[in-house]
Amino acid sequence: MDQTFRDDGVRVLVPAGALGSGVRADELEIGLRLAPHAIAIDAGSTDSGPSYLATGRSKYSRQSLKRDLALMMDARRRAGIPLLIGSCGTSGCDMALDWTAEIVREIAHEQGDSPRIALLYSEQDKAVLKAKAAAGAVRPLAPMGPLAAESLDACAHIVALLGPEPYIAALEQGADIVLGGRTTDTAALAATPLMRGAHAAAAWHAAKITECGGLCTTHPTHPGVIFSVDAEGFEVAPLAPESACTPYTVSAHMLYENSDPFRLVEPGGVLDVTEARYQAVSGRMVRVTGSRFETRPYTMKLEGAGGGPFQTMMLVGIEDPKVLEDVDGFVGRMLHALRQRVRRTLGAEADGVDLSIRPYGWNAVSGREVAAGAPPPREIGLLFVATAPTQAMATEAAKICNPFFFHFPAREGTELPSYAFPFSPAEIERGQVFEFHLNHVVETATPFELVRTRWLDVAEPVETPAHA
Amino acid sequence: MPSLAEVCRYVRSKNAGPFWVTVDLFFDGPDSFRLYRDDPAIGAEAIAALYGVEAGLVKRFAVDDLNVVKLSFPRAQPQGGVVERDMHAGQAYARLLDAALGGTAPSPL
Repeated sequence: MDQTFRDDGVRVLVPAGALGSGVRADELEIGLRLAPHAIAIDAGSTDSGPSYLATGRSKYSRQSLKRDLALMMDARRRAGIPLLIGSCGTSGCDMALDWTAEIVREIAHEQGDSPRIALLYSEQDKAVLKAKAAAGAVRPLAPMGPLAAESLDACAHIVALLGPEPYIAALEQGADIVLGGRTTDTAALAATPLMRGAHAAAAWHAAKITECGGLCTTHPTHPGVIFSVDAEGFEVAPLAPESACTPYTVSAHMLYENSDPFRLVEPGGVLDVTEARYQAVSGRMVRVTGSRFETRPYTMKLEGAGGGPFQTMMLVGIEDPKVLEDVDGFVGRMLHALRQRVRRTLGAEADGVDLSIRPYGWNAVSGREVAAGAPPPREIGLLFVATAPTQAMATEAAKICNPFFFHFPAREGTELPSYAFPFSPAEIERGQVFEFHLNHVVETATPFELVRTRWLDVAEPVETPAHA
Repeated sequence: MPSLAEVCRYVRSKNAGPFWVTVDLFFDGPDSFRLYRDDPAIGAEAIAALYGVEAGLVKRFAVDDLNVVKLSFPRAQPQGGVVERDMHAGQAYARLLDAALGGTAPSPL
């Protein structure tokens, strides 16, 4: 790099915005030359929907994760610094954390290393949360109402978002690698500078700016960044030589996936960046001062998701001009005919079946009415979805609809057309619908009350917890 | 009377957690930003009508240093579910692009 951080800073290397998205070995080497105090990365998110928490499965593939983990574990070992990973396995539930831990254990064996590994579990027991709710210690976040017992019961997994304190405790007890269950986007990155007494608001702010890796730089496809938190503020720079941080790219990142660009609620308080100043200290590095942190009573955000009904879908393509001149009318008539057909065939069982048709190329994305006089599209794709209490019933409904979906004429009393199915069989069993059920925070007496820390012996296989 | 698309260099939308959508309007410069940041066409009432949410829940922020107006509001349906059309709300901004700006006197932010 063509500039250096202030000497008193606590430096954290963030190799990418998400574990499994592609850490770069050359960038890690550049970062290591800047003598970081830790490597930290976020591995989770709710961005991609409820299925990952409801099922406990990872969004990224095992091979992608293993590759990134092996690079970071090797770098960590050579530098003799800790590696912290937040929200393991996408959802950070116990099953996802154990899955990640098993990969880490496998790599440690392959690298002939025996790091001290702490696992921070944050999956929650429904009975504990019901007691918390009864004691008035669970609060809804807008637009949600108060917590109902049914919402908890509908969840397959419930997690509470960890703050930095359990990470710091694990580091103080000598952890080389800390694998966290569900964690706020920032906590694993902020933990090291907070532990070492750097400016607290700057530590939180730096973590927020860097949690998506290269997104705070001019070259977002280069994933690695490094930040340094000192007594008054923080500095941030990309690892790739061709990339840069500018006051614009850094400050603009506060907008990203945040409902409020100035205030960020964390477990023990609120980060306020309203007065923050972003200054270029070189062509590639930005210094940030003026962030504030308001301490608040400790709360942990809850996330919960579970499975609902099942879906079977069909896709058909249509180029016939007679259909395209009145897409809305066609889709309305077809849907009506399909519903009648399902009712005639299934009788009362049809009550549990929902049918929908979304015309791609027309208004499937928004679902909003298309203004009168809009020109006809060149082609449309109709997505048919049958939703039912079981997969078998959803598929039954799709099969009942298949001939009508395939041959439904633009005008009654004409020859039956055939439309363009891309697959055989036409129906695709999509699986279960998953839904989020919680948008609440729980008050805790300490940052550790709802957290379980376990130490992993790399010589032993990982146990799978009984509940889940 | 320009459309929003004509005075912004970039408009984007994304979920902010499973229950909220956030839309960022990057105006093409400080002049456009100052002229249109309080425009009723991107005010709480207009956003509420366009996205089917309560006006009282629409949050609106002007970020002066970036020439950005940020609009955040609850999703009409939580992310996922039986009829999800846009899992990440990545296309939620599109219906705003044609908003006609400067129609009436500016309202206070």
